[in-house]
Amino acid sequence: MSIVGTRVVRVEDGTLITAGGTYVEDLREEALAGAAHAVFVRSPLAHARITGIDTSAALAAPGVLAVFTASDVDLPAQPAGPVPQPWLADGVVRYVGEPVALVLTERRYQLADAAELVDVDYDPLPAVASIEAALAGETVVHAELDGNVAQANGLAPDGFDDNAFDGCEVVVEQTIVNQRVAPAPLEARGSACAWTAEGRLTCWLSTQNPQIARMSVAAALGIGEDEVRIVAPDVGGGFGAKIGADPEAVLLAWASRAAGRPVRWAETRSENLTAMTHGRAQRNTVTIGGRRDGTVEVVRLDVVQDAGAYPRALFLPTLTELMAPGVYRFPRVETGSRGVVTTTTPVAAYRGAGRPEATAAIERGMDLFAAEIGMDPAEVRRVNFIRPDQFPYRTPTGATYDSGEYAAALDKVLAAAGYDELRAEQAARRSAGEVIALGLGIAAYVEITGGDAGGESGRIDIHRDGSVTAYTGSSPHGQGLATSLAMLLSDQLGVPMDRITVRHGDTDEVPRGIGTFGSRSLQLGGSAVRQAADEVLARAAGLAAELVEAAPDDIELDRENGQWRVRGAPAGPAITWARLAEHAGDDALSAGVWFSEGTPTFPFGAHLAVVEVDTQTGKVELRRLVALDDAGPVVNPLAFEGQRHGGLGQGSAQALLEVMSYDEDGNPTTATLADYSFISATELPDFELVDMETPTTRNPLGVKGIGEAATIGSTPAVHNAVVDALSHLGVRHLDMPTTPLRVWQALARARKES
Amino acid sequence: MKVTIEVNGSEVSDEVEDRTLLVHFIRDNAGLTATNVGCDTTSCGACTVLLDGESVKSCTILAAQADGHAVTTLEGLSGEGELHPVQRAFRDQHGLQCGFCTPGMIMASVSLLAHNPKPTREEVRHGLEGNLCRCTGYHNIVNAVVDASGQEVGR
Ligand code: FES
Ligand code: FES
Repeated sequence: MSIVGTRVVRVEDGTLITAGGTYVEDLREEALAGAAHAVFVRSPLAHARITGIDTSAALAAPGVLAVFTASDVDLPAQPAGPVPQPWLADGVVRYVGEPVALVLTERRYQLADAAELVDVDYDPLPAVASIEAALAGETVVHAELDGNVAQANGLAPDGFDDNAFDGCEVVVEQTIVNQRVAPAPLEARGSACAWTAEGRLTCWLSTQNPQIARMSVAAALGIGEDEVRIVAPDVGGGFGAKIGADPEAVLLAWASRAAGRPVRWAETRSENLTAMTHGRAQRNTVTIGGRRDGTVEVVRLDVVQDAGAYPRALFLPTLTELMAPGVYRFPRVETGSRGVVTTTTPVAAYRGAGRPEATAAIERGMDLFAAEIGMDPAEVRRVNFIRPDQFPYRTPTGATYDSGEYAAALDKVLAAAGYDELRAEQAARRSAGEVIALGLGIAAYVEITGGDAGGESGRIDIHRDGSVTAYTGSSPHGQGLATSLAMLLSDQLGVPMDRITVRHGDTDEVPRGIGTFGSRSLQLGGSAVRQAADEVLARAAGLAAELVEAAPDDIELDRENGQWRVRGAPAGPAITWARLAEHAGDDALSAGVWFSEGTPTFPFGAHLAVVEVDTQTGKVELRRLVALDDAGPVVNPLAFEGQRHGGLGQGSAQALLEVMSYDEDGNPTTATLADYSFISATELPDFELVDMETPTTRNPLGVKGIGEAATIGSTPAVHNAVVDALSHLGVRHLDMPTTPLRVWQALARARKES
Repeated sequence: MKVTIEVNGSEVSDEVEDRTLLVHFIRDNAGLTATNVGCDTTSCGACTVLLDGESVKSCTILAAQADGHAVTTLEGLSGEGELHPVQRAFRDQHGLQCGFCTPGMIMASVSLLAHNPKPTREEVRHGLEGNLCRCTGYHNIVNAVVDASGQEVGR
């Protein structure tokens, strides 16, 4: 019986639950003996001119080995973006948390004291702490940009058709703030670097993409990629914010070379909250025009991305535009986006990266449209869904969806939740004038996974003892990919799980790869390993045929016990993998491939959130979250559900609680974990998962990505539920996070208006 | 100053700076790295260990305050080849992903069950409020604790 599709406990867990993982801070490698400790001195101001830096007191402090500032760093400019960030601030600081100096000390306890002794004089400049301030353009963050706009795409800002909505019976419009949040992986950033006497560098780095990190480190340091080894040890969460090598990691490698000794760096949490990239940070205006029967005719999405001080990820608003139509067959969609700079922490990928913002806009918009025409939000969606017979479906924004069953997904979720009964209860509470209001929120979503970024590597070695090692260019950090790949191989090769090892994360072992982001790992990394195993199987058939003196076509693998035989001769001679590997001799039984024929896939689903809102205090309780997330056939339901749970938790967190905020002067006001509302166990319900599997034809496994999907659906579902709870009191919209204060204010406003 | 702490049954004695935190004593002096540091404001619980059997956040106490006391960390939870029921349940219920919160989460769960051997799901959620996890959405962590308590896991 196939192991694929069964609940398999993870091979990763044995060590994690007994000895703990080995994260960067836990490394006790010999190469790191005597390592110096590093700390970054960071800007306390959002925007200021640096008028002087005095490092003499710090240099004289006990244990201080070096203090580096911008003028010491002889690296080429960072490659990313229209206005590259200097490695260390050069003349001007542009956000609280921007690195200004790097200090190395003998011992960890000396770091904080030494950092404090670096004396930086600042001449404050006006902050640009919001999208509104950026667009107003009174203060310009970078002289080389046109105002504060770093990128304008599509029809933004002035190209929209003035007459687009002519003839629509109903038009609704809403500006929706998709607030800035902190990715906050529980392990903050860290790295450790050591150079050999021959000039080869090893960096242990908490990253999602060791091979990409190697490329950036080598390029910046001006050395060959084969002179750099990057090792991703255990990584304590990434969520998109640990893609590649951050500037700090590159600088650390440089400093290690300059100082002539190994160096290690561990970011503090408070540092992490302002110095690691943030996510989301968009302001989106959605306009929907259509008929009173629920048919939507025109949709417009105007995206403004707050890119932070130095744009690193201007693909985010582009992805938002691409996914603007969501799951609907809208005849006309027009979009535009602008990426603006502000004096805040740079914004980059965070679980979903551009797609959650699109879904939030259209799903909030569909609810507004439904409210306007007095139709149930589920019904409005049904009227407009892309039908199953329309796939592959090309959207007006240029995406080609592979497969989907959008209406079926929503219907299943509503049935599982008992939607009609919930609506009845809501009506009963309303007519009884109950203080605790019930709200139901629907989101139907489609997202894009395994997008371009060129494929993935996979390699299989069959050893002479019959065991198997697989190498993947994916770089999992909690997703359970090693287990999933071992399951696939066990099935394919007929080798038991405990004879299969999956290796990843070390560029000396896996020189080529792209890594883990964009929910791509099973889809591309899994397909690569599958293809490598196919090649091994083909060779093995030939070798087995030689051994039993039969034609390769007459040979088959008995997957129950991993033995090769002549077809139809169960009693005949059996050849084991060990024997084959032996026979293969020096040109070992192995195969390596680069899988790149995969085009993106489009997972989809529907979520229903049920909230209770105390209309006196504004307090929101998320009571239920019923979620269907369809990503095609499931390899390991345990890991699949885990990815969905995590996504539901993070998505709900954005709707309910989390926001990274700044005051007018650009000071972050949520810069510690005591202030940032990181969601806890008490604020979430048990999740209710509904299953459905619609395969794709775009990869040999038929799978789509699941890492981000549930985040994308849950945020608007929970958000819509809160608005729905208040709709009978005249509230039409409020922005996330739906904190008690926000809810209370929305109610007060509605009362005043009525 | 000299500090002596019994860590997982063995005495560890070392000369440390006065301001050394217990978590750093465990990691650097006792050489046990399962216990993690996830924050600097006592918010995350990644550093949770048992001090004389009670769960504490080891980033909030000085090594000096634990002088003469006994500490149990994740590494000391199970015997040779045997998993503690909480460890087994975390694995069986997929109660961990990246594993960074896990040592603290497991120690907090052990303590929770010592005080409340048959908790409801709601009680588990409240009992673990001081332990943050970014990966699991907590669902399977609750399952794991319920499972470890010998109760049926509903979902
Ligand atoms: S490290 Fe101790 S509570 Fe976060
Ligand atoms: S498993 Fe990653 S933080 Fe909990």
